[in-house]
Amino acid sequence: MSSEFILLLPLIIVGVMSVISILVDAINPNSKNSGYYLSIVSIVAVGGFALNNFYLNISGINLDGANLITSNMLSFGGFSAFFDLLFSIGALLIVLNARNYLDTVKTELNEFYNLVLYALAGMMVMAHSNHLLTLFIGIELMSITFYIMAGYFRFASQSVEASLKYFLLGAFSTGFLVYGMAMLYGSTGSMFFPEITVAIVSGSANNAYLMFGAALMIMGLSFKSSAFPFHQWAPDVYSGAPTVVTSFMSTAGKAAALSAFIIIAKTIIPMGFDPTGLESAVNTDKLITAIAAISALTMLVGNITALVQKNVKRMLAYSSVAHAGYMLMGIVANTAAGWSALMFYAVVYTFMQIGAFIIVGLLERDTDKNLEYDDYAGLSKRQPALAAIMALFMFSLAGIPPMAGFFGKYYLFMSVINTGHLWLALIAVVSSIISVVFYIGLIVKMYFTDSEDVEGESLPWNASRMLVFVTSAVVLIIGLNPGGMLSFIKSAL
Amino acid sequence: MPEQSILMEYLPLILMLLVGAVVGIQFTLFSEWLGAKRFTKEKQTTYESGMIPYGSASDRFSIKFYLTAVSFLVFDIEVVFIYPWAVQLRELGMQGFVAMSIFIIVLLIGLFYEIKKGGLKWD
Amino acid sequence: MIESIPLEYYLILSGTIFAIGSVGVLTRRNAIIIFMCIELMLNAVNISLVAFSSFLGDSSGQIFVFFVMAVAAAEAAIGLAIVLALFRNKRTIYVDEINLLKW
Repeated sequence: MSSEFILLLPLIIVGVMSVISILVDAINPNSKNSGYYLSIVSIVAVGGFALNNFYLNISGINLDGANLITSNMLSFGGFSAFFDLLFSIGALLIVLNARNYLDTVKTELNEFYNLVLYALAGMMVMAHSNHLLTLFIGIELMSITFYIMAGYFRFASQSVEASLKYFLLGAFSTGFLVYGMAMLYGSTGSMFFPEITVAIVSGSANNAYLMFGAALMIMGLSFKSSAFPFHQWAPDVYSGAPTVVTSFMSTAGKAAALSAFIIIAKTIIPMGFDPTGLESAVNTDKLITAIAAISALTMLVGNITALVQKNVKRMLAYSSVAHAGYMLMGIVANTAAGWSALMFYAVVYTFMQIGAFIIVGLLERDTDKNLEYDDYAGLSKRQPALAAIMALFMFSLAGIPPMAGFFGKYYLFMSVINTGHLWLALIAVVSSIISVVFYIGLIVKMYFTDSEDVEGESLPWNASRMLVFVTSAVVLIIGLNPGGMLSFIKSAL
Repeated sequence: MPEQSILMEYLPLILMLLVGAVVGIQFTLFSEWLGAKRFTKEKQTTYESGMIPYGSASDRFSIKFYLTAVSFLVFDIEVVFIYPWAVQLRELGMQGFVAMSIFIIVLLIGLFYEIKKGGLKWD
Repeated sequence: MIESIPLEYYLILSGTIFAIGSVGVLTRRNAIIIFMCIELMLNAVNISLVAFSSFLGDSSGQIFVFFVMAVAAAEAAIGLAIVLALFRNKRTIYVDEINLLKW
């Protein structure tokens, strides 16, 4: 009992602390620090116990005992421990950065930190889910929190508009997702993912309902991971929401949606399942082609529309759509290599995207000023260190060797080539080349364009500025030792 | 004949609907025909449960109605979890009781938060 | 009795209501009405869940309905609050007048 209890601790801590944090806020509403420190302590504890679970899994201890405590509604293993760790790292970076960012616009509230905890809880439940119900609750907890966070600047029209758009389209996609879940349940007669797989493999599932449900679920999950053709909300929401919220939604939120995508793909497209022997079974491999098409179109559309953007935040938003396309390649491969490549890319992407957004946040003024490409002209003269690090993130996002982003893409490309989707890898290469134009365009602006403003204002030394160095260091280290990182992730699966 | 039997099963329902419709229409029509028609000033005013009406009926309501309705919505729907538990109270035993207590404590913390933040303040 | 109504009828009903809801979302302009259409979609799904649950003889579908309802209520509260915040900023709740960000 007690040893299995440790495995549950990350989820218990995040659940209990998110409730306690609003209690503390209610008792002591004038405290400026309670929410901040409480969330940091809880996130660090969650990350620590998740890391512990990760190593327990590597050392060969069977974590299944914890599944029984939750009546198999949640699953515990290296996969979920890895994502717990990734989400808590993302949340920690956001919380540390948020304090300075929100301070510049004088809207710091304890609620912001509470909301980060709620979103973290939702994401973790998603990565742990082993039942349609827990998956649904995780997705909704995360999404509803994001709707609120997108509208966090409630006196700024842009932020509230972004929130309303995200809310209406998000709730719309939830309808499709739940309909898909209902069909999947009706087809297979169970809500537990392993039992759904068994029903599909044994041919006892109703084919029509199954394909309909699977298609609807893929639609819903593509929306949550902002994949084509359901990506329309992403650029608007990402550019309208506060920068610190955008960096959270587009990294940890996307990683959570993709972790759910992996779980669902594993369930409805069983690996190495050959239905030829069973006359009643349906070949769900057809869905792989659909996901491959979604992936290809997502990267092309994301990168091509990012080309014409004048606003750096909006460019990063479109590029975030394109990166969702790259990561979907790991699901197309549908092998352990593909999933670990996706997880590797999710880690790298989290650090480089959050790092880039922290810099955008540092340079931004009055919630929507100083975001254009032209505002970055001559940045290398005004802020040499920030410009250099921004260039590093841009190189990494573009996937130029020897940056971490290059290795992430390399592993993803290899995983789809090895499973016979060469055309997808070629499209990915083409869209990466397109993306180089606008990433390098920003670097050219920063280094080779002069502006009248040579002095610039001096930025204070605060936590956000430290985090820029931390995230860039992590991107560099992963770039120097990608094999070590990959074997760390592979040990989870 | 199975089709006939389905219809037979629904016959009481159809009869009830028919009788209900006939009785309802009949009362409306009879009072229209037989009732005396004398209009006075009091009769012509809007019925406000005996109060004298004032102002326009299409005024904007205070935003507080809206906020109260929103919080009612959230707390009200949680009852759907409590009903099944209450029906199966004895079978679920101590474990069910503890689970429901945790659920209600979380709800109470939410309510406490709402009160403390002034969500239910009227003025 | 009721068992004589086949499963397909429930699914057709649910699919029709779902379609009505989604068409409403795509064609209406008032944010509140769009949201009501989304609720209609969720309730259509509830019909299929309960129908499946009844025909499979498995109660988890009905439990799922409770959670869908609770989540829909939470979503409604958040949605109305967002609409309120929007109205305070822009004095409108029509989505085609919300045009600061390109849709």
